[in-house]
Amino acid sequence: MNSPFLAASDLLSGLVDCDIHPLPATPDDITQFLPRRWQEHAREYGSHLRSVYSNTITHPRMTPYTARLDAWSPRGGLPGSDLDFMREQLLDRFHFARGILQPLRPAASAQRNLDFGSALCGAINEWQTEVLIPQEPRLRGSIVVHPEDPEAAVAEIARCAAKGGFVQVSLPPRGLEPLGRKRYWPVLEAAAAHGLPIGLHVSGIGGHAATAGGWPSYYIEEHHSLVQMMQAVCTSLIVEGVFERLPSLKVVLIESGFAWVPALRSRLDRAYLRLHSEVPHLKRLPSEYLRDHLWFTTQPIDEPEHDDDLPDLCADVGWDRIMLSTDYPHWDFDDPSHLLRRGVTAEQRALVFRDNAHAFYGDLLA
Amino acid sequence: MAARTAVIDCDVHATLPNMGTLMPYLPPYWRETFEFRGIDALDFSLTSDPRNTPLHVRPDWKAKGGGGASDVSALGRDLLDPFGIDIAILNCMHAGLVAFSEDMAAAMCTAANEWISQEWLDRDRRLRASIAVPLQSPDLAVAEIERRSGDARFVQVLIPVSHELPLGRRTYWPIYRAAAMRGLPVAVHAGSAMRHAPTSTGWPSYFLEDHVGEAQAFESALLSMVSEGVFEEFPDLIVVLAESGCAWLPSFIWRANKTWRGLRVEVPWAKRSPGEVIRKHIRLTTQPLDVPMDLACVEKFIAQLGSEDMLLLSTDYPHWNFDGQAALAPAFGSKLRRRIMHDNPLSTYPRLREQLQILGDVA
Repeated sequence: MNSPFLAASDLLSGLVDCDIHPLPATPDDITQFLPRRWQEHAREYGSHLRSVYSNTITHPRMTPYTARLDAWSPRGGLPGSDLDFMREQLLDRFHFARGILQPLRPAASAQRNLDFGSALCGAINEWQTEVLIPQEPRLRGSIVVHPEDPEAAVAEIARCAAKGGFVQVSLPPRGLEPLGRKRYWPVLEAAAAHGLPIGLHVSGIGGHAATAGGWPSYYIEEHHSLVQMMQAVCTSLIVEGVFERLPSLKVVLIESGFAWVPALRSRLDRAYLRLHSEVPHLKRLPSEYLRDHLWFTTQPIDEPEHDDDLPDLCADVGWDRIMLSTDYPHWDFDDPSHLLRRGVTAEQRALVFRDNAHAFYGDLLA
Repeated sequence: MAARTAVIDCDVHATLPNMGTLMPYLPPYWRETFEFRGIDALDFSLTSDPRNTPLHVRPDWKAKGGGGASDVSALGRDLLDPFGIDIAILNCMHAGLVAFSEDMAAAMCTAANEWISQEWLDRDRRLRASIAVPLQSPDLAVAEIERRSGDARFVQVLIPVSHELPLGRRTYWPIYRAAAMRGLPVAVHAGSAMRHAPTSTGWPSYFLEDHVGEAQAFESALLSMVSEGVFEEFPDLIVVLAESGCAWLPSFIWRANKTWRGLRVEVPWAKRSPGEVIRKHIRLTTQPLDVPMDLACVEKFIAQLGSEDMLLLSTDYPHWNFDGQAALAPAFGSKLRRRIMHDNPLSTYPRLREQLQILGDVA
């Protein structure tokens, strides 16, 4: 294991995948956990979002369900819906000891009807701990909550934390307002109080245009715009003083890369140099909060044009701040056997592929 | 005696003191309207260019009782003379770029361009300017380019980075066509019409966040222009990103190239990688530059930028980005300095090249 150039069969053992997308095989998989009143609502009305289509994503993806073409189960199931096939394609194949679930469908935390949204969140959380994790004990859940319903979200965090099986609170980065704003503090405080990190996976339907200049035409733009979104969320959490208020809070940004971090860090510090009197609640440079409170996942791995720049970038962001993710079963999946191969030591790979996740999630991942 | 190498500052601000300033330059209908409705007394300073924050005017440039950059003689005294700047390109960000009424916006742009011509360009031979146009109405924007481009002191077209639609949308192509056919670069400058929240996550609380977020607005606008095929349609078009922060560009190119490799089938006209298109068609003004100002960081940034042709000197006067006289940090080596201060601006702006050749200033 001393060589930085590992054969695919020589992967480390005990890897942790920080981003797996399970899909319900049928809508009933989720709705069975809804109270009768909301089962009827789901049947009669269904999803109600701030977006152009009622039942599908704004920009059509390049493949059905945004999935790898080979991720449809041999038994005909939707990508991510068949745990046997997930074991074969992902967990067993790459020797994963742990995999963290990121359920994105249905879009519970973006529902305009808050009570329905919160009920759906609860049902998705039940599905994770009652169905998925018992069948595949290597999996861990993310507590899905509706950020616009803080009272219900705080109660759901307490309920799920007591129940166990979850490693983080999952919030959509695109909400009605930037996530560092005061309206969201009760939710962030509840996560911190229960010792749960916040997992921010690119997602959300807040009703705002995907860019400051309006709606893009193409998926190729929408896909990249998620990077700009994460820079905005990162800015908001830092500048609003969330980490000054909640010094124990840790946040992981999932599926947005991290090559943008050094430039944002410099820009934040430069702006702070001139405008610090506007934000006297900050006691340190923005870059220091960033360094202490934010973690990043690998997929989609940034691809600099010069090979040396990737390990340089990892060192700059922090080898202890980057955690492996595959995004299975989506089309832009990163194969761990091809990831971080050049100019990276075995120790650095062990950090990213396994140890950082254990340090970040601690006992929650045990 | 050998001709001196001209120093060219590609982003200097003239600030319209108030709408009343435009009254002499407006046609009778708009003059009467402004007076009757009291529009001449309104403060139309932009939310995206806030005059009341410490970023707006460098302390030693703060004019007596004014907001800075509203006086041509102060510009000469505070910037051009002490910095040894031979040519400076004025960008005036004002309500005409963002107003909701298309006709009022166009009238403001025309009047403001005339004000720039008479009150600035006529008074200091070192000054050049951008043609501010109303994106709200591509037809009226093209008309303003046609009206103004006969004056060779106007060297580019000026639009804000965030507007009603992403900048690559075909709606705007008549403007790019009009610019490209006249050899005028298009300056995309920091600034927003605020038709949309400054971030896709909604409205931030602080000026600081607005300012930081503008770099992301540039990323989105550039992605739109590249994805929509603007540079396939107009192979001679040059776009100058002014006051963008610059440091975001290398990692942006990496991600854009990667996404293009996976999704290019969606935009079949995009035959070249985004990185190749950007290096050919995009230029950036240097202030502010969100790169730590030490030698290693600057060298790494230039290497990752992958081009020595893209950076154009700017002081961003009167904004407070740097102190002292070093608009371009010492970390830039002498060869690169010459390119940024002289060669690249001349390559970017054909009109400057022609004028300098006439004057015999080019070494």
